[in-house]
Amino acid sequence: MTEAATALKTTPLHALHVELGARMVPFAGYDMPVQYPLGILKEHQHTREKAGLFDVSHMGQVRLTGVDPAAALETLVPGDIKGLAQGRMRYTLFLNEQGGILDDLMVTNAGDHLFLVVNAACKEQDVAHLREKLAGKAEVELLDDLALMALQGPMAAEVMARFVPEAATMKFMSYLSATFKGVPVILTRSGYTGEDGYEISCDKADAEMIARALLGESEVEAIGLGARDSLRLEAGLCLYGHDIDTTTTPVEGALEWTLPKRRRAEGGFPGYDIIHRQLTEGAARRRVGIQPEGRQPAREHTEIQDANGTVIGEITSGGFGPTAGAPVAMGYVDIANSAVGTSLTLVVRGKPLPARVAATPFVPQRYYRG
Amino acid sequence: MTKKFTKDHEWVQVDGDVATVGVTDFAQSQLGDVVFVELPDAGRVLEKGKEAAVVESVKAASDVYAPVSGTVVEANQALVDDPSMVNSAAETEGWFFKLQLKDASELDGLMDEAAYKAFVEESH
Repeated sequence: MTEAATALKTTPLHALHVELGARMVPFAGYDMPVQYPLGILKEHQHTREKAGLFDVSHMGQVRLTGVDPAAALETLVPGDIKGLAQGRMRYTLFLNEQGGILDDLMVTNAGDHLFLVVNAACKEQDVAHLREKLAGKAEVELLDDLALMALQGPMAAEVMARFVPEAATMKFMSYLSATFKGVPVILTRSGYTGEDGYEISCDKADAEMIARALLGESEVEAIGLGARDSLRLEAGLCLYGHDIDTTTTPVEGALEWTLPKRRRAEGGFPGYDIIHRQLTEGAARRRVGIQPEGRQPAREHTEIQDANGTVIGEITSGGFGPTAGAPVAMGYVDIANSAVGTSLTLVVRGKPLPARVAATPFVPQRYYRG
Repeated sequence: MTKKFTKDHEWVQVDGDVATVGVTDFAQSQLGDVVFVELPDAGRVLEKGKEAAVVESVKAASDVYAPVSGTVVEANQALVDDPSMVNSAAETEGWFFKLQLKDASELDGLMDEAAYKAFVEESH
């Protein structure tokens, strides 16, 4: 191994990935499985058809406690956290003073605390940000003794019910404290594939037992980061650092649905002035789905031109969608060219590739709403 | 017929003065599932070591270089229609294009099968 490789962190499932024949790559400072012997295409299709198990232990799990952690967190994010009922979860964004996105995260009301899941590459800075801004208002604990897995796909519920019967009736974006083969787990009915499924938070020491139990079910295959990316792209979900970052606002990022009425009216979160103005007057550019014609994928940083050949933006995520059976992408275009159906030209390897603005998701989401 | 290999993981098989070119089985295993190929049109003049074709997997796009100089006489249309043949038959039906050789002596600088096998084992 090279020096760089030895410096990488590992998850509690690392030995299992290697045993399963995974191809390991560096990702956000961790040595992670990009694919298993099945390959990205089949792993993707398997998740859409049956169930896939993902190791996402590199992500940050954070506990927020205090007198009123919801009120405290609302000073940093535009979501309705005070109105989040116990046992429910919500997607929101850490914003900077310019309305740019510092990270995206899931927030769960776990009763006596808020449970946050943040991106691996941002977790150290998110924790520092929380500790600095919420000093005296909330206690911030990075739960680095926990592992996180995701079980995703149309058969995820059936499989999970064999171990945790009460998981079957959980609604999309809800939380459950449960027992899996005698060990404590936190389940949320959520994920990053557009499919029904769960994220499973557990003690590091129990992760391999749980993973082996789930992989022992005939419907379940181990799925790597490669298929995780193609699944989320087809589902129209943003990848932080690519589709959204500190230079994009929630309005530019087409994430207005994360800005509820009360917060739009009251403000009280970073970048409110800019975001309020963009909500009223519109933003100059917008994130859209993009469907290239033909079969050639258009990758990240591909230049986008309008019908006159003027550069109007670039692709931020792009690849081949195995379920869509076609290349799929998303990127930013000027607002004049952001309507679904607008013809665009992508410059791929110096050649023009016709494309159009497309509605997302590229494949229907299949969440369980009870 | 001689079959030679490049350090960029192309193979070239020579029959008379026509060379058939593709990517190696090792290359396809590294690329992963191939979803698109772009092949040179017949009549295009290729220069040894320069870009000749594009192969895209679910993961990434890669260039395929001309192992030798020459003029394209045929591209593999079946591969354009079914790019997954790169994975299933990299060194047989999954060939990319055929070239009319410009200078057969260029083949001398390429590796034979044993040398290529050693190269792959050594570098990966």
